[in-house]
Amino acid sequence: MSAAALAPPISVAEDRYAQATQLQLTWWRFRRHKLAVISLFVIALFYGVAIFADFLAASDPHATDARRSFIPPQGIHLFDANGFNPHVYGLRGARNPRTFQLAYTPDPTRKLPVRMFTRGYAYDLFGFIETDIHLFGVEGGRPGESIFLLGTDQLGRDLYSRMMVATRVSLFIGLAGVTLSLFLGVLLGGISGLYGGWVDMFIQRVIELLRSVPTIPLWMGLAAALPRTWSVLQVYFAITVIISLIGWTDLARVVRGRFLALREEDFVIAAELSGASQGRIIFRHMLPSFASHVIAATSLALPAMIISETSLSFLGLGLRPPAVSWGILLQDAQNIQVLSGAPWLLSAAVPVTLVILAFNFFGDGLRDAADPYG
Amino acid sequence: MVIYLLRRLGLALVTCVFISVLTFIIIRLPPGDFVDAYIANLASNGSTVSGEQAEAMRREYGLDRPVVVQYARWMGRVLQGDFGVSMVWRRPVTEVIGDRLWLTMVVSVSALFLTWMIALPIGIYSAMRQYSFGDYVFTTLGFIGLAIPNFLLALILMYVGFRYLGLNVGGLFSAEYIQAPWSLARAWDLTKHLPLPAAVLALAGTAQLIRIMRANLLDELRKPYVVTARAKGLTERRAVLKYPVRAALNPFASSIAYLFPYLVSGSIIVSLVLGLPTVGPLLLQALVAQDMFLAGAIVLLLGFMTVIGTLVSDVLLMWIDPRIRLGGR
Repeated sequence: MSAAALAPPISVAEDRYAQATQLQLTWWRFRRHKLAVISLFVIALFYGVAIFADFLAASDPHATDARRSFIPPQGIHLFDANGFNPHVYGLRGARNPRTFQLAYTPDPTRKLPVRMFTRGYAYDLFGFIETDIHLFGVEGGRPGESIFLLGTDQLGRDLYSRMMVATRVSLFIGLAGVTLSLFLGVLLGGISGLYGGWVDMFIQRVIELLRSVPTIPLWMGLAAALPRTWSVLQVYFAITVIISLIGWTDLARVVRGRFLALREEDFVIAAELSGASQGRIIFRHMLPSFASHVIAATSLALPAMIISETSLSFLGLGLRPPAVSWGILLQDAQNIQVLSGAPWLLSAAVPVTLVILAFNFFGDGLRDAADPYG
Repeated sequence: MVIYLLRRLGLALVTCVFISVLTFIIIRLPPGDFVDAYIANLASNGSTVSGEQAEAMRREYGLDRPVVVQYARWMGRVLQGDFGVSMVWRRPVTEVIGDRLWLTMVVSVSALFLTWMIALPIGIYSAMRQYSFGDYVFTTLGFIGLAIPNFLLALILMYVGFRYLGLNVGGLFSAEYIQAPWSLARAWDLTKHLPLPAAVLALAGTAQLIRIMRANLLDELRKPYVVTARAKGLTERRAVLKYPVRAALNPFASSIAYLFPYLVSGSIIVSLVLGLPTVGPLLLQALVAQDMFLAGAIVLLLGFMTVIGTLVSDVLLMWIDPRIRLGGR
């Protein structure tokens, strides 16, 4: 009789559990957090919007038109006398004789049919496929007529389309910033945890230092010092660097803590004794066991990056027009007089809040799932 | 204990030096030097400065010397309380800043106290009634508080106040007290205006602290000594409040050191939205106009104030936590 036959029978489920890789285990535990899974979908949706921003936009986000400034959000009428025929009404703008503000009245005689996959302004899908197909739009309108789901801003630009493009900028600046922070955090946190001694002391003091400085004034100072002549792209890059310069400290702490904990583990000592090189120990043995922690910490750091960019742009010190980001959209809502007349300008607050919430839930769920003792 | 204090003091000093270097870099970052900017500023007003005068000014400000010497001289002036002259306001920087720095601190410190006052009881409640309806409500509120950037919250409150209540919720003083000298009535007016900005600022920090307090207390409540206390017949209130809360308070108290810089930071941007007479709006104006001496002084002073605030909270922490006081860590 072999030893295996004597052992109590192992059920299929247990067997599956025993053979699962770390990644599978993490994923199974993660799936149990309903809110985290929903958040993952929300995040995926947001990045989908970011990738297909121009396709989703209904009209050119940069096209200004003084005759359509501050149009309130329009509703789509789904049916008319002939059955299903989604349309919006054309608008008649007239100046209020007392306030000189444009007031708009829908014109029921002019129906603008809303259709899918209409032709609009030209753009490059994924940056290289030239096309002018958009998800939806109106057909047969006069120039300047379109559908304004979220209304327009002072310069008559369609807020919905701008929001789509802003999503791309804001999400990717967060991603780029967090990547840079991750690099700095893993590098410095790793060195700190691996070597210990005075190197560790020094890096820890630097982190404490950075954390005890109020960040927004510093950012403002650095951002304001960027030359005015820089192109949009250069400013974009510089802002990313500025916000990630502070953000790396949290990640470095997580990485260092993991290194310190793992250094004493049996499997690491075993690898050391078998003569594995330091590189092999780090990348083959240690990294897989804390990678998920680092990912969780990263997803918790991302919202902070997005808030930073939004705050800086909101102040007018971050990205500069013609770049469009959530912060820049909110900048228009800064003035209470403007805001009371056009409250829809605040709508960029919704995606900001949603995406930050989603990243927080997702990061929390992932952190719990990545903890083998949880 | 003395060692701990000295270490903290040393770190605070190093931080101050670090902040001053960063500030100096910020002041020097824009192209050209102070004299160039000054001449350009004068030229825009129609007056001119001759080359010799410019040279004299450069010598006067030590701009012809190496950077390190410039930094040392600038620091020397700062330590004597001379922050230079604001170009835009044409007055000494200290005069321009005036009360604003103190008001910034008043707003930040009240936000700090508010954070504590809200987070502590709610954290205890959430831990004692884990997974109850109230726990879920506070957790949800906490997450939302965490997710709304505070300037956005300020904007929304402004809008709601203006639109539905017909009042202007911004500012720290009623109209008649804005220019008035300090008096009891003015201080009372300030106290009446303080809760709103303080609450806006406190929200995100409160959400964070509630979660920390709840987690700490939950850890403590599972420990055997709590079970013993209950077994011996202590009332629930006493069994929880007497020891577990005190033990859970320690990590809670240490978070204050990170909360304070965060609140000062937040107060800048919230002040801008709510139109508070703190250094926030001044800093933005100075930066946009490249009035670097004013901007630098504000960044520097804010940094120093934060360091002092953090130091005070560290000492408080030492007072609360015997493990630190007796040199356990």
